Amino acid sequence: MIGPGEVPRLPRGVRVQPDRVRGGWVLLAPERAVTLDAVGQAILAEVDGSRSFGEICARLAAAFGAPEAQIAEDAGGFLSALRERLFLEVSP
Amino acid sequence: MTRPPIAMLAELTHRCPLACPYCSNPLDLVRGAAEMGTEDWARIFREAAGLGVLQLHLSGGEPAARRDLVDLVAAARAAGLYTNLITSGIGLTAARLKALDAAGLDHVQLSLQGTDAAMADAIGGLEGAFARKLEVARQIGEIGFPLTLNAVLHRRNLHQLPRAIEMALELGARRLEVATVQFHGWALRNRDALMPTREQAREAGRIVAEARARLRGRLVIDYVPADYHGDYPKRCMGGWGSTGLNVAPDGTVLPCHAAQTIPGLEFWSAREVPLARIWAENPAFNAYRGTEWMAEPCRSCERKTKDFGGCRCQAMALAGDAGATDPTCVKSPLHADLAARAGAHAAADAAFVFRPAPGRVAV
Ligand code: SF4
Ligand code: SF4
Repeated sequence: MIGPGEVPRLPRGVRVQPDRVRGGWVLLAPERAVTLDAVGQAILAEVDGSRSFGEICARLAAAFGAPEAQIAEDAGGFLSALRERLFLEVSP
Repeated sequence: MTRPPIAMLAELTHRCPLACPYCSNPLDLVRGAAEMGTEDWARIFREAAGLGVLQLHLSGGEPAARRDLVDLVAAARAAGLYTNLITSGIGLTAARLKALDAAGLDHVQLSLQGTDAAMADAIGGLEGAFARKLEVARQIGEIGFPLTLNAVLHRRNLHQLPRAIEMALELGARRLEVATVQFHGWALRNRDALMPTREQAREAGRIVAEARARLRGRLVIDYVPADYHGDYPKRCMGGWGSTGLNVAPDGTVLPCHAAQTIPGLEFWSAREVPLARIWAENPAFNAYRGTEWMAEPCRSCERKTKDFGGCRCQAMALAGDAGATDPTCVKSPLHADLAARAGAHAAADAAFVFRPAPGRVAV
């Protein structure tokens, strides 16, 4: 899992862009294109390489009016899965 | 409406300084003079993006043999495509890599013919190629391009797999593709020289599984297991005409790189017909799209939307019928015979037939 003080960022070669033809957003990475749902897109929109995971969760909780613990669990799971595939880096 | 493709492989040229005996280019190589120019390619990249393609693989031959490679990368990025360069590294200099960086190249996939000069230069047929490749790999790391190492493994070099995994880590690669040779193109001609033994194939699977567990979160390993020694075929290209397309150097648009081995299919050129129309209307793309074309045993098989009956080109090559079940499937009536033949190919002791330059005869 990602700690509240850790800062996630997309490494070089990974980017999120709108899918002009199918609609929605995609995460593009080496040899992979992953369709993002609205939740995944909202989480990644907060990942800017300077906000900590804790800050990201607080912002999402405010935006969606959801408990922060719940957001931390969902966003943490989502980001950890990306990290395992090396689509995301985390610095302390 | 036909679902749009996700990926396009652009075979910019069939020219290549190497001569790998498993090259996936067709036996009938396109000559340099017949290659499309920069403008045609740039227009096709824009058409591809408009059609829904997200990932562009710039391949060959050796794409660095194109003098306009940097312009082509810039055109691809301007079209909004994720741009991947598939290269042996030969022909890339530090200055050229910097220019590719400035043009927006997203990712580099570097091929590995072997893990030492003796093996790699013997397979690629070019002395000094391995040393050159290592230098290019270092420069790639310096610039910071995300790197995938692609090792094609076969009977002669499968014992080098553990070292290939180490090299991927040493070179800072994020991904390693361990691809057991697939028998299309030139590899089909070299089956007696390349076919791995059943034991080698099994050992490779074990090594990959161990390395994946050990290197989780550090290195992603994609693995293409040996075809003739397995039970089920591969889902080639994600299903014919479903997720990807290939453009040959002269603009011919193909459902996969070996599609021209299937007689009776007529392929259209992106020089003459818009890509979107080719994708939706070319009968060659519709010939094996979906599952309607299938015969038994695929037609009533529960795996049919999983592997789409395997590879059409392999069915053509091994069963003499592109509409048949891929003989690498256990349910194919030809499977037992194929398994026996795989053993014979693996036991044969044949010299390589190297892939020649376009327009030349192989020796
Ligand atoms: S497989 Fe070898 S010969 Fe064929 S294009 Fe790649 S580097 Fe060149
Ligand atoms: S019978 Fe056809 S669909 Fe079923 S597993 Fe074999 S190749 Fe795939």
